[in-house]
Amino acid sequence: MLWYTGKRLLQVIPVLLGATFLIYFMVFAMPGDPIAALYGDRPPAPGVIDQIREQYHLNDPFIVQYFYYLIGIFQGDFGVTYSGQSVNDVLARTFPVTIRLALLAVFIEMVFGIFVGLISGLRKGGIFDATGLGVSLVLISLPIFVVGFVAQYFLAIQLGWFSPTVGAGAPLEDLILPAIVLASISFAQIVRLTRSSVIETAGLDFVRTAYSKGLTRRRIVPVHILRNSLIPVVTYLGTDFGTLLVGATVTEGIFNVPGVGRTLFQAILRGEGPTIVSFVTVMVLLYLVVNLLVDLLYAVLDPRIRYA
Amino acid sequence: MSTPLLEVKDLEVAFRTQTGLVQAVRGVSFSLERGSSLAIVGESGSGKSTTAHAIINLLPGTGFISGGQILLDGQDLTKANEHEMESIRGRKIGFVPQDPMSNLNPVWSIGFQVEEAIRANGIASGRKAVKKRAIEVLKEAGLHDADRRLKQFPHQFSGGMRQRVLIGMGLAANPQLLIADEPTSALDVTVQRVILDHLESLTRELGTTLLFITHDLGLAAERAEQLLVMYKGQVVEAGPSVEILQNPQHPYTQRLVAAAPSLASRRIQASGSLAAAETAMAADAATAAGDTIDLIATAEHRAEVLEAAAAQPPAIVVENLTKVYKIRGAGEFTAVDDVSFQIAKGTTTALVGESGSGKSTVAKMLLKLEDATSGKIVVGGNDLATVSSKEMFALRGRMQPVFQDPYGSLNPLRNIGNTISEPLSTHKVGTKASRRERVFELLDQVSLPRTLVSRYPNELSGGQRQRIAIARALALKPEIVILDEAVSALDVLVQAQILRLLADLQAELNLTYLFITHDLAVVRVIADNVCVMQRGRVVEAATTDEVFDNPKEQYTRDLLAAIPGANIPLGA
Repeated sequence: MLWYTGKRLLQVIPVLLGATFLIYFMVFAMPGDPIAALYGDRPPAPGVIDQIREQYHLNDPFIVQYFYYLIGIFQGDFGVTYSGQSVNDVLARTFPVTIRLALLAVFIEMVFGIFVGLISGLRKGGIFDATGLGVSLVLISLPIFVVGFVAQYFLAIQLGWFSPTVGAGAPLEDLILPAIVLASISFAQIVRLTRSSVIETAGLDFVRTAYSKGLTRRRIVPVHILRNSLIPVVTYLGTDFGTLLVGATVTEGIFNVPGVGRTLFQAILRGEGPTIVSFVTVMVLLYLVVNLLVDLLYAVLDPRIRYA
Repeated sequence: MSTPLLEVKDLEVAFRTQTGLVQAVRGVSFSLERGSSLAIVGESGSGKSTTAHAIINLLPGTGFISGGQILLDGQDLTKANEHEMESIRGRKIGFVPQDPMSNLNPVWSIGFQVEEAIRANGIASGRKAVKKRAIEVLKEAGLHDADRRLKQFPHQFSGGMRQRVLIGMGLAANPQLLIADEPTSALDVTVQRVILDHLESLTRELGTTLLFITHDLGLAAERAEQLLVMYKGQVVEAGPSVEILQNPQHPYTQRLVAAAPSLASRRIQASGSLAAAETAMAADAATAAGDTIDLIATAEHRAEVLEAAAAQPPAIVVENLTKVYKIRGAGEFTAVDDVSFQIAKGTTTALVGESGSGKSTVAKMLLKLEDATSGKIVVGGNDLATVSSKEMFALRGRMQPVFQDPYGSLNPLRNIGNTISEPLSTHKVGTKASRRERVFELLDQVSLPRTLVSRYPNELSGGQRQRIAIARALALKPEIVILDEAVSALDVLVQAQILRLLADLQAELNLTYLFITHDLAVVRVIADNVCVMQRGRVVEAATTDEVFDNPKEQYTRDLLAAIPGANIPLGA
């Protein structure tokens, strides 16, 4: 296990190098001059431009710029945004918000998704099952910004159940509605995954054997059916984390959440190379760590899997 | 004697399907006295397992009891509600399922699964008492180091060990009735014998009544006092085991008795040592018993063929073949250890052994699906170690495999026509029209209707599927066919048909077979030569007659002795 974890952590290094290089290259290749974008209609004094170019190494060739950037990262310095803020500060301000939002979304989709999926699977063909499948189909079909705007308009503005935007400091109660919206797509996937997994498990031989031992249904459903059905659902969580990060960009825009998604989106619009690369790097790192955790959890759930 | 423990009266079981109701069990009646044993025998689809599942009210899917009564101690189980059934299962009726591989939950430890059975039936309470009883139960079931292995998971147990666990669980609450549904079908013969012996002594000790479900007539006769033969959902014959075996009345039972290789092997063994005339008489007698399979005559014809074959260069030469697998953290594992044999053209050599003996690994190396660690394989004059990939491609056309599982070895998304013609198109043989013609020809050869070309594997039975697999193997007119447990998954009657088909095809096309099996009874009727493998080594190699009449190794003798029903005298 330890050896496996170590190996996986070592694999992070080339992935991270490759990812930063690609992103850095793409940002470098973006059309437009970031400094011109910074100043808008009124051009700055020529000396200022030169000074800024010098400060951000913009006159050096691409590979040298990338090299400077890498050195910074290994020293824990992600650089400075064009508006003069330290990227580290921006990261420290926005990531906790997004992670809170994502965890809340994961919690919502897991609890409700698994519950609905389990009941649907156990009562295959019933009214609950049909409704669950219908709702999940609708949720899968709708783009997340549609779900977001609809929920914001009806649940928050018309009914007043939730706050339509997220206030300063992103308190948990403000994040509930964005988290529900963010969870909606994966919720539908988890319902379907759990449902089919439960149906499959319920038909397996060892479930019949459990009944033949004299166990009650109340014990068999959680212990023998649900427990085994969770294995594919947990695996799904790893890839789902990527979907959540993408969804967060849109959701944070709609609900004005001061998180990673919104900041990244604005940075892309402004062509702020260091900010974009830093954010994406941290996201890639998070994604890798989450997937490693999922793989380790997988071994806990399924004793047949032992990482040597 | 008081009322019987179990009385089944006119039991009817039906399954709801899209095309209406399908009757799986039709009017089955029997009764079981306390402390007695009964075996229900029949091929798959005969309704024997369905009957067993109906008794404990665990019918799969859409099945339900559509009529009749099941009286346990006077209580009608068909009228019991779910709660009442929960207290009957485990406590009054124990159940030992068929497949030890799939009947234990892979994510819970053995101890956990035994303990929950003990707790559910109120046998013991409190953590320590439950654990103590669990160890006791497993020790009784023959798991001697139970206390140490309680924390282990099912995948760390062998099939035989798992079956012991399942038997232990079935008997955990000392039920009056134990239903054993094919408890050893998935196990090697020697393991099978040990487990059944143990089950027998255990139930006798505890006074448990035993209901035994099996497809193996010999095994049933050996293990149960009474027999119940089922065919298409109905009881066709019932009575004392030995009587039925020696004097079967119903034509179906007669066919079963005649076809079962485990029983036939005995007769061929006898007739093999007698004069040819007597053999012919025995064959006649078998034919007179009904629509029997003429395995004896087929076997007799072999002598001439063998002599002719010996003169030619051998089709397969295997010399000092060794395969070593590296296991991380556990060093090396020698799966095949210095194996040598030769197979003459047009003959059959059987590789016999229990699971893990390395016989399938030999087959994989012959097919070059695995590379040998050392040693030499020469097929049709080509050394497999030195052939180019192009030569290997041509060689694969001349050497075709048939695998064990007819459900797994056919692509469910391809129709039968495409499946059979795939080797032809891969090797670019003929035109589209000529390939189609060849498919028809092959279907004729394996005795299947030509209308099957546009059907899909899931519409066929196991026997039909295995015929398709054989047809596919024959498509390229190969010289060598490697049959890896090709008949193991089939019912006896179907097995006999396939074996005869293989023998006919061999005579017709001069095929060379390497026949890999764990079933010595099958070997007797199909093979000319036998190599007995144990732990990667060939421990005995001789002609089939020699091995059966005069086994030299203790291991071979054990294998022979373990064939169920071998010592029951037959009347056909």
